[in-house]
Formats: sequence, structure tokens, C-alpha cells
Amino acid sequence: MSVTMKREQWLDKSFCAITFGAAFLVLVIIVSIFISLFQESLLAIETFGFFDFVTGTQWDPVREIFGAATTLYGTLVTTLLALIMAVPVAMGIAIFITELCPAFLRPIFGTAIELLAAIPSIIYGMWGLFTFAPLMGEYVEPVLQNIFEPIPIIGHLFTGVPLGIDILTTSIVLSIMIIPFIASIVRDTFTQTPLQLKESAYGIGATRWEVVKDVMIPHAKTGILGSIIIAMGRALGETMAVAFVLGNKHSIATSLFDASATITVTLANEFTEADSDLYLSSLFYLALILLGMNFLLLALAKTFLAHKRNKV
Amino acid sequence: MYTAKKEFKKRQIVNYIALFIACAAAALGLFWLVFILADVVRHGMASLSPELFLNEAVPPGMGGGGLKHAFIGQLLITLVALIIGIPLGVLGGTYLAEYGRNSALGRFISTLSDIMISVPSIVIGTFVYAVFVKPIGHFSGYAGALALAIIMVPVVLRTTEEMILLVPWELREAAFALGAPYYKVILQVVYRGAATGIFTGVLLAIARIAGETAPLLFTSFNNMFLTTNMNESMPSLTVTIYQYAMGPYDDWHTMAWGASFIITMFILVVTVMGRLIIHWKYKN
Repeated sequence: MSVTMKREQWLDKSFCAITFGAAFLVLVIIVSIFISLFQESLLAIETFGFFDFVTGTQWDPVREIFGAATTLYGTLVTTLLALIMAVPVAMGIAIFITELCPAFLRPIFGTAIELLAAIPSIIYGMWGLFTFAPLMGEYVEPVLQNIFEPIPIIGHLFTGVPLGIDILTTSIVLSIMIIPFIASIVRDTFTQTPLQLKESAYGIGATRWEVVKDVMIPHAKTGILGSIIIAMGRALGETMAVAFVLGNKHSIATSLFDASATITVTLANEFTEADSDLYLSSLFYLALILLGMNFLLLALAKTFLAHKRNKV
Repeated sequence: MYTAKKEFKKRQIVNYIALFIACAAAALGLFWLVFILADVVRHGMASLSPELFLNEAVPPGMGGGGLKHAFIGQLLITLVALIIGIPLGVLGGTYLAEYGRNSALGRFISTLSDIMISVPSIVIGTFVYAVFVKPIGHFSGYAGALALAIIMVPVVLRTTEEMILLVPWELREAAFALGAPYYKVILQVVYRGAATGIFTGVLLAIARIAGETAPLLFTSFNNMFLTTNMNESMPSLTVTIYQYAMGPYDDWHTMAWGASFIITMFILVVTVMGRLIIHWKYKN
């Protein structure tokens, strides 16, 4: 009896150890990603430092001068524009699903929107390059240019030759890709609004929109913020879709119709072509900066979303 | 009285406008989905042919070339990724939901996995390049599989954790009362209860890695011929799509659309299947 007991105990301990090892591996992988990217970028860090690298506007493989400013700029501008376009649409979708959609259609429509997130980014790239960008370049962008270019100040945003392969197209494609992330989290937080709160608002004669605006949105605001940050992380790290439609040009673009480059596109296009140690190291440095930004954003989003969960 | 009525009218109009905008946003979301899918189907159907699956690449312009090499490469890379990724994810998720359910380290790892799910896949690619491709000195199918496995582990781990937590604690207590040790309870009671959920998690993880391109760019790289040797650079559908789409030849573009169609349909079917299983299992 006690022999089998011992054996069982031993088996139980080993199973526990195996599962623990598998879980602990996640921690090991994350730590080693940071360490190895840091090691690989050490040469670039020593050569350019942090501040000079981040503010350097030159990306010149021939003279071996590398600065991240142009790619950082492209990354941040496309992400920001995508967020501006995606947030209102995603909020509208969340409101539609929770408040307006007939109950039997809800799961179907919800799944349809989430399928937008399941489509791989390379498909967005194909569609963007062969279908959407030509449409933008031929029909949409010339019209925008005619309307906005004569206006002072914001007219600058619409200068240049609209080809479709540019910041505007990229931002729209990115916005489509991040809509489902925001919409599904916001929908979840909307449905968690206590019924009593909504009913008491209706009870004093509020319209449906007033309930959404004054009860549900305030109640869901940490969830909304968290979802926006998660979507931002997505957009920052998006590679293939952007590689197809942004044009990979290292410059600070001031028009929506200019080509640009992001960190991810630079990595995708130049990593296998980097012929010197410093070049490769600078690319690793870019990857490290991207990872750092992404990690901070996601950790921030987690605290927002966790905070909300504790409160409910 | 009169102004109150007017005020009410105004609020109602605002209400209708706002709700109309919400409907329009929903229609816009649906519009993009239909637009993209219809486009993939339209181009994809036109390029589907037996040759696409049966032939290997030929020099551009000759015609009759196919993507057999890329299909087989994709299959092999994904298969190895699954062999590495599924056990690690399921076992890790088991620890978080069972042995480590109350430990601070367990919760920390759980949060960390959530963050890791969102780490840009291209960064994983650079990492595998640094620790695998650079030391051995050449691209390798195994490196691509490793990158995909790293991407899928946190996905499988988190769904496994959530699905196991759905198994009622009383079931375990019933088994404990019969004198079963914890590992037997997990293997024979918990896994049985959570099997469908874990399976769904695996399905969704397959859907996730099937379309990944960025992590393969500098790990398994690409080539234009059939190979089953995973220790050298290997073609994959996704990287081939990228290369062909960016190339100047029309028949390359056609084949890229064919491959896009296959991948999209595969991912949509798997994703919808996963959702339906969850719906059936957990709604009733």
C-alpha cells in the first residue's frame, strides 16, 4: 500500500514539475527575447546611443549611418491615424451589437466582425496592394485633394501625387484590422453595465442614446481605454499589410499622400539584406525598440482592464 | 410646457441621429469584410487549377507552374510547430489552472502570456534569427516552425487555462474522495471535462499561425523548389505570396491570389468551426 502511495506521490510531483516547466517556459522565452535582442543591438547602441538613434533622421546603409526617427515617425503616424479612424467605427459597432441588433443576429454579427481579425495580414496586404490602393489612387485621393488642398494649413496634408501607395491608404487598412479588437472588448464592457443603472436612466426618461452616452460609456471607460491601447499595440506591430501598401521610403513625410516606412516594414525588407554587422545590429535595435513600446503598452492595457475587472 | 415638448423633440432627433450613426458603423464593418472576402474569392477562383497544387515553380512567363513546393513546405512547418507548441501550451495552461491556481507566479505568467500574444510576430522572427539561424549559419525550416510555436504557445496556454477553470471544482473533489492523486484527477477527470474547450483553443491557434508571414521571413526564408529537408531554407505559402505579389510577373500575381484564397478559406473555416463548437458546448 505504502509503496503504491509513494509511487503515486512521486508521479504527482513529476507531473506538477512538468506542467510548471511548461508554464515557466513562457517567462524564460520573454526574458530571452529581451536579452538576445539587447545583445544583438549592443553594437548599434554603443555606436549611436539611445537619444541620437531615436532622433537620427538618416538611414544610410552605404555610409553606415542609422537613425530610427523616420521609421519611428512612420510607425507612430500610421498607428495614430488608424486609431482616429477605427475608434469611432468600433464604438458604433459595439453600440449596435449591444443596443440595436436583434438578439438572434447578435452572435452572427459579432462573429462576422471578429472574422475581420481572423483574416491574416498578408491577405489585407494583397487586397490593399491590388484592389484598395488603386481605388484610392484613382478615385478617392484626387477628390480629397481637390477639396482640401486649397484650404490653408491642412492643405499641406493633401499635397503630392496621389498614387494610392501612401500613409492614408495604410492607415485605413490598419484601421480595418484593429476595429474588431476595440469593438469586441468595448462590447464586453458594455454588456457588463449593471441593468439597474440603465433602467433607472430609462426610468427618468432618458433616450437610448442618452443611456449609452451618460451611463454605458462612463461605466465602460477603462475598458474602452484598455481596448484602444491593445489596438495601438496591434497597429504598431503590424507588418505584412503595411509592407504592401506603405512604399518603404525612409523620410519624414508631411503629406498623407507620401510613401513612408515603419519599423516593421524596414525589418521585413532589409533584415535578410543587411550586409554589415552595424546594419544588422541597427535593425535589431529597431526590433528592440518596437518590442519595448509594445510591451509597455500592453502592460498598461492589462492594468486598465484588470482594474475594471476588480471593480465589478 | 411648449418648450419642454420642443426640448423632448430635439433629444429624440439627437437620439435617432446617434443610433443611425451606430448602424452605419456596423454596416461599414460588414462592408469591409464582404469587400475583402469577395475580392479574395473573385481573384482566387480565377486562379484555381489543378496545376496550382500539382506543379512546382517554373521560371516566370513559361506558364503551368504551381505552388506544390509551398503547400508542402507550409504543411511541414506548421506540423512541426504544432508538435512543439500544443504540448507546451496545454501543460503550461494546466499548471496555471491547477497546481498554480493560487500562486502569484502563476498569475504573473498568465498575465505575461496575454502580453506575449500581442508581441509583434516579426519581433519573434528576429529573436529566432538571433538564437537559431545565426548560430547554425543558414536558414532552416525548423527555425520557422520554432517561431510559429513560440507564437502559438501563449494562445494555447491561455485558452487551456480558461477552459480548465470552467470545469467545476466539485468534480475534482469527487475524484479526490475516491483517493485519486491530483495528477490522475487532472488526466482523467479535468482533461475529459475540458477536452472540447482545449481542442477549440488548438484550432484557433492553428488558424492564428497558418497566416503568419513575418516570423518566417528570416527563419525558414523561402525557395522555389520542393524540399522535405527541414534543416535548410523552406518555402511557405505566405512568404511565397509576399514574394510573388511584389514581383513583376502576372502569372506570379495569379498564383499569389490562388494561395491567398486557399489560406483565407482554411482560416475562416477553422475559425468558424471553433466558434460553433464553443457555442454548442457552452451555451447549453
